[in-house]
Amino acid sequence: MTLLIRKPGILTTVQDLGRTGYRLLGINPNGVMDRAAARLINILLGNDENDAVLEMHFPAAEMEFDTECSFAIGGAEFSAMLNDEPVRNWSTLNAFPSDILRFGKPELGTRAYLAVAGGFVVDEWLGSRSTNLVAAVGGFEGRKLKAGDRLELRSPRPVKPHTIAPSLIPKYSRFPTVRVIASGEFDLLTSIRERSFLNDGFTVTKDSNRMGFRLSGPPLHLLHSKEMVSAAVTFGTIQLIPDGQLIVLMADHQTVGGYPRIANVISADLPLLAQLGPGDGVSFHLVSVADAEQASAIFENDLCWLRTGIRLLG
Amino acid sequence: MLRSCAFCALLRLFFILMRIFPLGDSAATIEFGNEISAGFNSRSLSLAKALSSNPFAGMNEAVPAYASVTVYFNTRSTQFETVKSEIATRLSSLPTDKPNALRIIEIPILISAKTSPDLDRVGSFAHLTVDQVLEIFLSKIYRVHMLGFLPGFAYMAEVDDRIAAPRLVTPRTKVPKGSIGIAGRQTGIYPLESPGGWNIIGRTDLQMFDPESDNPCLLKPGDEVRFVRE
Repeated sequence: MTLLIRKPGILTTVQDLGRTGYRLLGINPNGVMDRAAARLINILLGNDENDAVLEMHFPAAEMEFDTECSFAIGGAEFSAMLNDEPVRNWSTLNAFPSDILRFGKPELGTRAYLAVAGGFVVDEWLGSRSTNLVAAVGGFEGRKLKAGDRLELRSPRPVKPHTIAPSLIPKYSRFPTVRVIASGEFDLLTSIRERSFLNDGFTVTKDSNRMGFRLSGPPLHLLHSKEMVSAAVTFGTIQLIPDGQLIVLMADHQTVGGYPRIANVISADLPLLAQLGPGDGVSFHLVSVADAEQASAIFENDLCWLRTGIRLLG
Repeated sequence: MLRSCAFCALLRLFFILMRIFPLGDSAATIEFGNEISAGFNSRSLSLAKALSSNPFAGMNEAVPAYASVTVYFNTRSTQFETVKSEIATRLSSLPTDKPNALRIIEIPILISAKTSPDLDRVGSFAHLTVDQVLEIFLSKIYRVHMLGFLPGFAYMAEVDDRIAAPRLVTPRTKVPKGSIGIAGRQTGIYPLESPGGWNIIGRTDLQMFDPESDNPCLLKPGDEVRFVRE
């Protein structure tokens, strides 16, 4: 009972919600870039929301099922086709032996996720199945997938058909406004630069990957330059680098950084950011910690309803 | 009496000098200062230890750095304001004496033309011979202030000012695994082959990072390290 990777795609890795507890050893969490997508499709299939999923970029993988099972796709819209028939994101789908899943073209977003009902049997390292490409551990042999790989399915099963309500699906856009919380060095931005940070848009450059997004926009400067000793950073930390440009740290970020920390993207909006690719744009909107906490609580509450609904409907 | 007053004054000083700020909605950073110093790092290590050994509800981990601690938490079970008061509680009962080193670890260092490509550069920075540079470097015991950059990469301090050569202007695309480098007053060991810009003065065969082991990283914050020439 396996999923055969016929074509690997440009960067397909096994990820879950990440590895916690080892940052003090320099071991970063990794995990999916778009946590909302991975959680939603896992819950839809009746899985644990932390079950491993495949994270795909475009060109995405081409896969073949050898057993009957349900699966779901979420995140980016890559025009998925099952045996050349278009299939929808955010819905349970059923595959039979020899069925082939492939992806036609990138319509919206940068990272698509595939979950199978029952989950995958993959390598766990320090409590997580996420692939750490630098240390070459976790996930599938600690590396991105290649043609001929067979991912073992833990307990493939068909599930009842369900679709996620549109109101729960993240409002992806190529030019989102994401909410941020001011961080350590925000107050050192001059007022004109602060306006610039909050009013001007920034472009995601081609120097952007799972470690971080390098943005291009009006150069920002601090009131006085600050030499910093390194301190811990996190997924969503917006750093100001010496040339006046910004870097947003993403899932594979290093655990510590030594650049001024202007702000952090709030957890609820990280999925919108995670779906951006080179050429896309982003604007920032400053909110309070309480606003961010409320936004998270609303999404958690929605997930709770989805979980309950799926359980009740079977 | 005198002692307790001195303690109160010190505590007040801590609160004036340090700051707590949100690192997003699921982490908070407590900053004691902004320099590499044994004092700031001792406080960071003690606070991180106090939190890790007695975590509050919803806490994921406490990560010490040179002069700060970042506490990561689960927003489903706690919030920034609660975390702030949990940290304040821990700070008020923090031991003020310098914590003893967890362990002193000896790390064999191989010096050769191949393993020490930047030794000459450090020598000309210091206006010293290569042997003098090594003598200064090997005479010190270094403390692991924090880990980061790569799994198991220990940032150690403090390198003697005389040989504290700045990073390379153009980093190398490949630094071999085990390379020992200097960057200003910091020294570190590359646990894996990686790009890097530190002045490489030697190499060790000791495995700094072993993902198969239950303790994947040889060094931990607070360890002390002595380099021994092979």
